[in-house]
Amino acid sequence: MRGLVSRAKKTQGSLPLLVKDCALITIATGIRAQNLRELRDRLETIHPSSIYYHFWGRRLAPSFDQPEFNNDFAAWARHGLHDSVLAERLAVVDPTDFSTIEALRQELIEVIEERLYESALVPWARTDHQFYFKRSKIVVFDTKHHITEPMVLPQMLPTLSLSSIFYHFIDARRRAPEGIDDFSAWLDAYGEKYASLRDEIGSIDLYFSTMPEIRERLVHLCTHHLFPRQDV
Amino acid sequence: MIDLAHYADVAGLDVIEHLRQLAALLKGKRVIHVNSTQEGGGVAEILEKLVPLMQQLGIDTAWEVIHGNENFFMCTKSMHNALQGNAIDIPKALLNVYEETNAHNAERLREKLEAADIVFIHDPQPAPLFNLCPGKRGKWIWRCHIDIRHPHRPVWKYVRNFIKDYAASIFSLVDFAQPLPHDIFVVPPSIDPLSEKNMDIDENEVASVYKEFGLDLKRPIILQISRFDRFKDPLGVIQAFQLAKKYIPSLQLVLAGGGASDDPEGEIVLGEVRVAAADHSDIHVLALPPNADRTINALQRGADIVLQKSLREGFGLTVTEAMWKGKPVIGGDTGGIRLQVIDHHTGFLVNSPEGAALRIRYLLSHRDRLEAMGEKAREFARDNFLITRHLRDYLALMVVLVYNVEERIELS
Repeated sequence: MRGLVSRAKKTQGSLPLLVKDCALITIATGIRAQNLRELRDRLETIHPSSIYYHFWGRRLAPSFDQPEFNNDFAAWARHGLHDSVLAERLAVVDPTDFSTIEALRQELIEVIEERLYESALVPWARTDHQFYFKRSKIVVFDTKHHITEPMVLPQMLPTLSLSSIFYHFIDARRRAPEGIDDFSAWLDAYGEKYASLRDEIGSIDLYFSTMPEIRERLVHLCTHHLFPRQDV
Repeated sequence: MIDLAHYADVAGLDVIEHLRQLAALLKGKRVIHVNSTQEGGGVAEILEKLVPLMQQLGIDTAWEVIHGNENFFMCTKSMHNALQGNAIDIPKALLNVYEETNAHNAERLREKLEAADIVFIHDPQPAPLFNLCPGKRGKWIWRCHIDIRHPHRPVWKYVRNFIKDYAASIFSLVDFAQPLPHDIFVVPPSIDPLSEKNMDIDENEVASVYKEFGLDLKRPIILQISRFDRFKDPLGVIQAFQLAKKYIPSLQLVLAGGGASDDPEGEIVLGEVRVAAADHSDIHVLALPPNADRTINALQRGADIVLQKSLREGFGLTVTEAMWKGKPVIGGDTGGIRLQVIDHHTGFLVNSPEGAALRIRYLLSHRDRLEAMGEKAREFARDNFLITRHLRDYLALMVVLVYNVEERIELS
């Protein structure tokens, strides 16, 4: 199968970073929930890739840059079930706090069960506002561009599409066994020279940042570290 | 035929490169799209554009149309309405016509369809062809363009039997997806920004079209472009207009649309609309011919606000068209309109003629908001609903099916 490989090649040593782009192909699982108890039950068994999608994959779906909520479960609690308390509790569930999707799944179930315990009635959504579980497959494109060395990062990063940032910064964390983004992994190969930049990139709050904000932050950090006098 | 390279100016060079990378994996594959009308309606309009673009990418692609008589289309129109939620039971005699018509078409198309690597069957009209081609060797995909969120169960059960064994199906929105024993892809439709209907045209041409129809560009204009179909709620639009006109006496309404050869109800609904509009000199009902794309383009560009007050809607391409022209859209809170009209950002979602009237008044008295929403709408359409994204999704899902991709594919 020419041109088709099963996994991204890991960047090694001080080789150029190959810039990739990606698109998500959305798949409906056919599984839905109309009330909070159904949501809890479906969450028990839904494929892990669906939980991933509703936290991360949604970032490449048509939407505006400043979503009210950072995951689909919280958004549905607010707009489907009209339960603001639950929406707020689900909204603060940060997937980066959990090392596995299974741990994240258990946290979601815990939050929902607590709310069910508190509620006299099980919150319901209208038939046309059900929660639809989705998942996705990812198609990765070769942009033919390379980042030859860290010093060109401030120039290159602003030109990367948001889906490219998604691939290197968000998707990378589930690809790499170490769970780190491609930029950090690449800088790591340069040893201590870029260690502080690498650490700062690794500490970007990617869950509570929009895709444009992540790109902006990356540009700022790289400029600040590599060309401190130009940083404003 | 527009050269694929021209889309780079609108969508970006990288998008075209993505298409080429995907297409490289499908070189030598034979792809056939099948639907039930050559012109009129969103499906034919999309295929008119997608098929040549797939050919330009080196994929051997053809488009076949099934033929049927008046009873066949009566049956499929009832089926369409029932799948969109109307409790219609289709007489057995009409279902027999449906199956016989497909059998006749299978005689004509069988050899081609059985030899194809990928077959896209659009909507329920040609769905039985799958079982009528026992020697097929490729992957068959059912592409559903309609809102079947709440189908009338007996009719869905009947149609589902023809679909369940396909390799995959595609719906425009996740909400429409019905449980089926195969992969269900979600692919919103799109518009072609370089087509006659969506390309840039100059103001003089817009003025000339408005003059031709006796419309005054100096007075506010609201517009709904759609087939004359009850699900598009043209009578509700007239009601909204009447409510808003009490406060904006200079307001004009244009209801314009054409028919499609697979929609026998169009004439009846058009008649009802003409009766409702008869006493209002500022309501303009325009029955447009199928080739009126440039006229529609001009009408959309000249309007202040575009409405798509549908009660049920598969997707509503006219919404994207209006957004692409920088117009805020007041749309029915249903189906694919929800994906495009982001409430208070690219327009407003409404649930009644009263709601539509309120938003018309609001936008016409807050011109700055109207302009800002229009600009936002155009960018949203550019990012999400252009034909290049649609084509990418089709190519990607073909690659996924042909190569049995589980989670990810990496192209070069």
